[in-house]
Amino acid sequence: MNTSWNCTLINQLNLIIAMPNDKNEILNEITNSDYKYGFVTDIETEFAPKGLSEDIIRYISQKKEEPEFLLDFRLKAYHRWKEMKHPRWAHLTIPAIDYQDIIYYAAPKVKKGTSSLKEVDPELLKTFEKLGIPLEEQKRFTGVAVDAVMDSISVKTTFQETLNKLGIIFCSMSEAIKHHPDLVKLYLGSVVPYADNFYAALNSAVFSDGSFVYIPKGVRCPVELSTYFRINAAKTGQFERTLIVADEGAYVSYMEGCTAPMRDENQLHAAVVEIVALKDAEVKYSTVQNWYPGDKNGKGGIFNFVTKRGLCKGSYSKISWTQVETGSAITWKYPSCILQGDNSRGEFYSVAVTNHYQQADTGTKMIHLGRNTSSTIISKGISAGFSNNSYRGLVRVAKKAENSRNYSQCDSLLLGDKCGAHTFPYIQVENKSSIVEHEATTSKISDDQLFYCKQRGIDTESAIGLIVNGYAREVLKQLPMEFAVEAQKLLSISLEGSVG
Amino acid sequence: MEILNQSFIDTSFWEEIFSQHRSIITQYDTPWITQMRLDALEKFSSLGIPDQSHERWKNTDIRKLLTKGWTFQFKPPEKPVKVEDFFLCEVQGFDTLLITLFNGWYTYKNAPLRILPDGTVIGSLRAALVEAPEIIENYLGQKADFSQNAFASLCAAFASEGFFIYVPDGVQLQKPIQMVNVVNYSEPLLMQTRNLIIAGKGSSLQLLHCDDSNNNEAAFTNSLTEIYVGEGATVDYYKLQNINDHSVIEHNAYIYQEKQSLCNTYSINLHGGLIRNETYNYLAGRHSEGNHFGLYLMDKNQQADNLIFVDIAATDCMSYALFKGVLDDYAHGVFNGHILVRKDSQHTQAYQSNRNILLTDKALVNTKPFLEIYADDVKCSHGATVGQLDKDAMFYLRSRGIDQDNARLLLMYAFAAEVLNRINIPALKDRLDDLVKKRLRGELSICDQCVLHCKSPEKPVVFDIDLSKI
Repeated sequence: MNTSWNCTLINQLNLIIAMPNDKNEILNEITNSDYKYGFVTDIETEFAPKGLSEDIIRYISQKKEEPEFLLDFRLKAYHRWKEMKHPRWAHLTIPAIDYQDIIYYAAPKVKKGTSSLKEVDPELLKTFEKLGIPLEEQKRFTGVAVDAVMDSISVKTTFQETLNKLGIIFCSMSEAIKHHPDLVKLYLGSVVPYADNFYAALNSAVFSDGSFVYIPKGVRCPVELSTYFRINAAKTGQFERTLIVADEGAYVSYMEGCTAPMRDENQLHAAVVEIVALKDAEVKYSTVQNWYPGDKNGKGGIFNFVTKRGLCKGSYSKISWTQVETGSAITWKYPSCILQGDNSRGEFYSVAVTNHYQQADTGTKMIHLGRNTSSTIISKGISAGFSNNSYRGLVRVAKKAENSRNYSQCDSLLLGDKCGAHTFPYIQVENKSSIVEHEATTSKISDDQLFYCKQRGIDTESAIGLIVNGYAREVLKQLPMEFAVEAQKLLSISLEGSVG
Repeated sequence: MEILNQSFIDTSFWEEIFSQHRSIITQYDTPWITQMRLDALEKFSSLGIPDQSHERWKNTDIRKLLTKGWTFQFKPPEKPVKVEDFFLCEVQGFDTLLITLFNGWYTYKNAPLRILPDGTVIGSLRAALVEAPEIIENYLGQKADFSQNAFASLCAAFASEGFFIYVPDGVQLQKPIQMVNVVNYSEPLLMQTRNLIIAGKGSSLQLLHCDDSNNNEAAFTNSLTEIYVGEGATVDYYKLQNINDHSVIEHNAYIYQEKQSLCNTYSINLHGGLIRNETYNYLAGRHSEGNHFGLYLMDKNQQADNLIFVDIAATDCMSYALFKGVLDDYAHGVFNGHILVRKDSQHTQAYQSNRNILLTDKALVNTKPFLEIYADDVKCSHGATVGQLDKDAMFYLRSRGIDQDNARLLLMYAFAAEVLNRINIPALKDRLDDLVKKRLRGELSICDQCVLHCKSPEKPVVFDIDLSKI
């Protein structure tokens, strides 16, 4: 399985980095290909009026028939958000965003009382089929339970029965709020408080849906859980909120994918993901982010301002983030781990690809609070075209986090002389028994490497494919095998649009 | 309870001070210089004293230190200062051309500007303003862009004294030039000094810049040094900072390099309440090379904050930075490294390394090695580590009969030696070697310790190791 995954990847890269022998021509060819998920589904959608106000929040809350505590949470967040300023510290050029010009709630109209796949709007199913996630097929063959979120509403969660038997809760956030309000109340906002930052506050105020996962004590989730996000309607923002709780000794692997249609205007995506891992629990979170990156001239595309954070609450817990960032006009995203429990572990593996006029400022935070905690950061940036790609990370070892260990490695690969690659690591160590290491390199594909490959009979395009693949391999091998079908498709397309 | 004077962080306070003392501050100015001061003051007012929300000041609270309240001395001391009183001996075997500042004012025996037989000019900037305004106008503030730097702008507005060094084209100075600023004042004194160093085409120059306290009173030194390295010139710039625990140094160095030039800077921080060095190295010409080395040995509540910004704007340039620190007690070490490779600065090689040893659980390290790269044909890397003395190495030494303390010293010395070994002046290297050894043993007290004003020649420091046991 492992080898076939890697082979297909090489094939894709070969396919992408096609034909001409001249390196520049190859790069041009790659950089000129289009985004394949840019279609729009013509589906009846229900909108909230444009803009943001208390009324809108009440409207959303009412629409979703939410309990009182959630409305309070939203309103508190909203009032806090009004006082906050848009963060400016990232290495990004963010055009002014008119927050009153966004539709905060858009939902595909679904007939009431759908209980099986057959009852789901065929247009919707077609959309997901186009995207390469046939729900039916997935249910039957891949053993992946999918929770698909279109615009703001969770469309269908498959594979529910198997999960129910084990006591695993995997449903949309709205359902969770209805059926498991205690769990939601206990954990919502416990990792990312409503006033955490500008976008998190905005999300807390207006979040419409998302996924909720709860793995009971000692249960190892037998399947990979997966959510698929898609922005379909124009002028809307997507504000989903995901909450994953792994109780003591539980294990889950969760995956997320996303796409959006091609539009000339920018669309905002401000999500929040919270993960809680109790004692001995392990959560593996993988994502392939493929929002529409804008066209070749940097017009349009998604602004992806996401707050993702995991809390290793109990001892010996572990949270692992793997991300393949290929889409979005602007990415502002720092999946983080708070290592609170003793001996807990955080991992971050990332490949970030930017092309054309894309901008990415992404990285992680590892906050060591417990004793003997350890973390690993592997980040690979690839920039092409006129793009800017930054790694920004924080490793903080608190006084009480004795014997903590961190290893970070962040490499950047530059394809072309118009793009930029930057590294901004922050390291803070407050005790004498911990060891923190950080290293970073920036380079291009060297002529020596190419020469070595060509000398051995590998043509230029295959050689570049081989080198890029080898460069990103360390991260790609962290992706769960079951993600392969979906991720391969997504990756090939996004790489086609962005990688050389 | 400390009395805090909030007005010191208020820009209007500084504007007022300036207008009050304007006639004295601008006494020797050409109209051009006065205009520059006004521009700088305006710049400063718009920037304000940075607080900790400022990216480059995240880990250092300079406002708190400023509000302690300081006095100013806008006039040079009326009585001529006897240099001999505080410089008793020149270090043996270390022959330098010595120029000194006392409390921020130039002291001299004969003339404020000395012209050496080879045409080199060394002396006071204030004198140079009067005697060679055309050189000053060509270089002062011309090759440095400190428009975003509040303290450099403040210094540019106020400073009317400092060191001036001009080395003509092709002159290879045989002796190092030593610039010393000694502080000994009865009240907390805030000084602002501005230094200008010009190394002409193909010249070579070794500079030693010492900041020393001569008593235990607090002092705040805000200085701005501009170094222009001409085509093919070589400049070695050593900064030795050894001030008392209440004192603050805020030093901005702007280095501008023409093609094929080489500049090495070394900053050795031995003692100080807060030592903040900001080095801005602009590589303007092809095949130029800027290297930066640093060593900070801090204890008690001391803080060392080094910022290196290497701006590479030409092809085929090289830069290497190595900063190492040992932090004891409650000490705080900060390192900000930033390499910017501009568009089309191809074939750049830039490396940056920061390594720290924490000796206690109260000590703190913040390190931020940044890379910002806009050219593709480059080799850049950086590394940062924070850790302890190597347990295996310790075991090795202990198993050979070396006691814990000595083994620790040896390892710390070995750690520091990597920076010391880069020093190009053998006599200075030996002296610093001794100083570092003493510092590590805790024997280096704050007074009478500088390279210069030691009352007796240093005794060689030896580790008490029975070599026969190794």
